[in-house]
Amino acid sequence: MQLKCNQVSLGYEGRTIIENLNFQVNAGDYLYIVGENGTGKSTLIKTLLGLRAPLKGTIEMGEGLKSSEIGYLPQQTMVQKDFPASVWEVVLSGNLNKCGLRPFYNKQEKERAEANMKKLGIEDFKKKCYRDLSGGQQQRVLLARALCATGKMLLLDEPVAGLDPKITNEMYELIQKLNEEGITIIMVSHDMQAATLYADHILHIGHKPLFFGTKEDYLKTETGRTFTELGKLEEQGEEYDR
Amino acid sequence: MIDKLVLYFEYPFVKYAMLVGVLIALCSSLLGVTLVLKRFSFIGDGLSHVAFGAMAVASLFDLSNDMIVVLPLTVLSAVVLLRGSQSAKIKGDASLAMISVGALAIGYLLLNAFSTSTNISGDVCTTLFGSTSILTLNKVDVWLCIIMSVVVIGMFLLFYHKIFAVTFDETFAKATGTKADSYNLLIAVITATIIVLAMKLVGSLLISALIIFPAVSSMRIFKSFLSVILSSAVIAVFCAVVGILISILAATPVGATIVAVNIVVFGIFSAIGALAGK
Repeated sequence: MQLKCNQVSLGYEGRTIIENLNFQVNAGDYLYIVGENGTGKSTLIKTLLGLRAPLKGTIEMGEGLKSSEIGYLPQQTMVQKDFPASVWEVVLSGNLNKCGLRPFYNKQEKERAEANMKKLGIEDFKKKCYRDLSGGQQQRVLLARALCATGKMLLLDEPVAGLDPKITNEMYELIQKLNEEGITIIMVSHDMQAATLYADHILHIGHKPLFFGTKEDYLKTETGRTFTELGKLEEQGEEYDR
Repeated sequence: MIDKLVLYFEYPFVKYAMLVGVLIALCSSLLGVTLVLKRFSFIGDGLSHVAFGAMAVASLFDLSNDMIVVLPLTVLSAVVLLRGSQSAKIKGDASLAMISVGALAIGYLLLNAFSTSTNISGDVCTTLFGSTSILTLNKVDVWLCIIMSVVVIGMFLLFYHKIFAVTFDETFAKATGTKADSYNLLIAVITATIIVLAMKLVGSLLISALIIFPAVSSMRIFKSFLSVILSSAVIAVFCAVVGILISILAATPVGATIVAVNIVVFGIFSAIGALAGK
């Protein structure tokens, strides 16, 4: 067990959004957290990352995982759109949690950044400016940074938002590959199609009762069927639109 | 012309002015990159108004060195502003505007109501635009400025990578265990310190220019954080030196001249950036 939520309640300003949340993530799992907008997905992310305390309940970490060792792939912010930073600087900054008070990166950390860039196929962009890259390339850079921060668990927040279908698939394949190498994946998304393709566990929030279980069990529930069907319909609709 | 400069530089106060000018410009440019990227450009402006108000308060007590009042008050406002932008009922830009305009008004009011000086508008103008005060620096001011600059530059070198991480992506930095709030606080305190120092040079209305111009000029051309920082530092020092020299030769106000040189450099860098972008 790497991560376990016991009877967790989440919310802010006295308002509870999620109640009695129980789930568990084991090493090597691929968990999809799905749910509509406004159901507390981002609050849950912040809580898992240790940026916010739950209102009730506890979050346990096991197998030597610390909340600062969850590699996080955030949604892009406005600041980053015109930020002058080279790919190398961004990837390297993922090592910061190993530095402590040491002011500079050591050789080992630099090698780690090199290795992760190679793994994600962005070593040619090393000297390029982050803001000049395409959306998919930027996501790879941020993924490489997250891998510098962790060797155990990745938490991805809508990693394919705004990417075109081909790049989206490449991104999914890449994440799948990382999962096969033994990194636990927690993916927050509303792409149900991808969830049914890649996930082994699904957590559906915002619908009562909350669902947590394997993908197979999820597809047997009514919400599961409705949502995957809806997803397919939307997909077809989009194709029709084109 | 050279003869005239050599003659001027025999006076200690001109040497002091040059030294202090270069140090202040260097410090503000280092911090400017972070402030501009974090969308905090106006914090410099707001804090400088606070420093003006604090100076007015200090003048009431007739202190020999007003730094004792001005520095802590400005640092305190910086901390309040930064906390405020995270979790207050009044949102960032509004609270900033309130504090800065409020401090400006109170400061001017106090100066008018209680000042013993016969030339109030002259005093106010000096505080706002710096005019000649840089040429009246005494040894204590110079040493204070040197020590503060060394501290600021040292902090910046020591925390360079942390400052980068917190500026580029605060959430990620926090999530992976960097104490982003502490570094934000550090940035706020350093900003306040620089502003108080820089008031001597360019006056409180023009400080933002020293913070913002070198950073935005560099961003026109350079594409990595390190190169932007280095280029800002070079631009800032260059503009400070050229500005002070011009102001000595042409007898123009020091602060305004430095800012004018900065504007010219910004124009040149924008042009180069536009040409290179094609």
